[in-house]
Amino acid sequence: MLSPALSSLLPLLLLRVAAVLATELTFELPDNEKQCFHEELEEGVRFDIDFQVIAGGNYDVDCFVTDPQSNVLYNEKKKQYDSFSHTTAMQGVYKVCFSNEFSSFTYKTVYLEFRHGDEEPLMPGMTRTTALTQLESSCVSIHEVLKVVADSQTWYRLREAHDRMKAEHLLERVTYWSVGETVLLFVIGIGQVMMLRSFFSDKKGSVAATT
Amino acid sequence: MYPTPERWLTLDGERWDVTSAGCSAAASCAEVRKTKSQYTSMNERSYMMLSTPAAGLLLLSAWIFPSNALYFHIGETEKKCFIEEIPDETMVIGKYRTQLWDKQTGSFLPATPGLGMHVEIKDPDTKIILSRQYGSDGRFTFTSHTPGEHQICLHSNSTKMALFAGGKLRVHLDIQVGEHTNNYPEIAAKDKLTELQLRVRQLLDQVEQIQKEQNYQRYREERFRMTSESTNQRVLWWSIAQTLILIVTGIWQMKHLKSFFEAKKLV
Repeated sequence: MLSPALSSLLPLLLLRVAAVLATELTFELPDNEKQCFHEELEEGVRFDIDFQVIAGGNYDVDCFVTDPQSNVLYNEKKKQYDSFSHTTAMQGVYKVCFSNEFSSFTYKTVYLEFRHGDEEPLMPGMTRTTALTQLESSCVSIHEVLKVVADSQTWYRLREAHDRMKAEHLLERVTYWSVGETVLLFVIGIGQVMMLRSFFSDKKGSVAATT
Repeated sequence: MYPTPERWLTLDGERWDVTSAGCSAAASCAEVRKTKSQYTSMNERSYMMLSTPAAGLLLLSAWIFPSNALYFHIGETEKKCFIEEIPDETMVIGKYRTQLWDKQTGSFLPATPGLGMHVEIKDPDTKIILSRQYGSDGRFTFTSHTPGEHQICLHSNSTKMALFAGGKLRVHLDIQVGEHTNNYPEIAAKDKLTELQLRVRQLLDQVEQIQKEQNYQRYREERFRMTSESTNQRVLWWSIAQTLILIVTGIWQMKHLKSFFEAKKLV
């Protein structure tokens, strides 16, 4: 009775079922600035926040999380990386803020991952409550394990980026310092001789005069 | 007024029988089929009217509006940049929605026409791969061809400067990378996959992404190793060079001064 077009599109009408999985953002935080991210959440939803400082200065940042009534849920100063979990007690807008206000001249690159809600089903109708065959449950467990692998890869990627930036920074500093020191060496070496000569050329006149 | 259906086709549930005489040539048959969505009986027409635009709208909404995404505030000429470190041949889809602060109502308007955002995407060699103006709600997508840090920059490009009197713009942003960009219901419909096949396809996509990430990891580790070895080399050679310069300068100074004092008959 239903046209084929409609029967394939009908499941799409039920698409807006579950919450979004995760948002990952890597952004730059200039010095003396604060950056806030807000998220509207329902009550009783569990959310996780992971952040890491990838580059900049001492690789630390201030972070605080507030709930819709401006109660502070998490407040840490000068952290390099951390993880925070909370189950919402009320519906509203939750805020995650990063502050680089303690630093006067270095900007920081911060990675933020905000996860909330449950993973949306692959296709509507594929809810966990229905009985799964053995093959399907194997697929589900493989999927979960692969998600852990992907998360672990992200962690290592960030650590590696952090170390690589430190190494590149070190190389830059070594280069500038070496060139600078060589120039200084030449300047001081020749300058000393010049100054010494200038002392004695004055006295030469006075020595010749006295004898 | 529409011509009566019988003139063009008879509808028999899902089968479209062409009863008009002039359907021997392919062209006229094609035209008949093309117009079938217009000329349907009243019952069928309501279905077609509902499903095509409604489903299209829903697909559109699923694609464009990040209703449950993180949002932040930006000022008028402020540029916000995000970095995505991704392996090559990875697709990235970004969706954003903007809301303007309305001073009269003291809240954010749900949608503001005339507001635009300029999206600029740079690849790891700081070459611009996308630089486009989008409306107040937009969706941008790109595929990386070199692995590395891509930079996605957004700044508002409002045509109505007066709107920015409040100075605040709320931007909802959702960036999906790699296998998260796949639209599985669409893939299932296109390739006609069963549930199990779809699950396996998802696992395959995940594994492919993990593999790409690992190749990228290998490339980065090599870069890191080269940087460290380069630092090591530089420290070594510059230290040796500086020590030599120090010794040579010392010897030259003493020789020069000795000859200088001898010339001055002080030694």
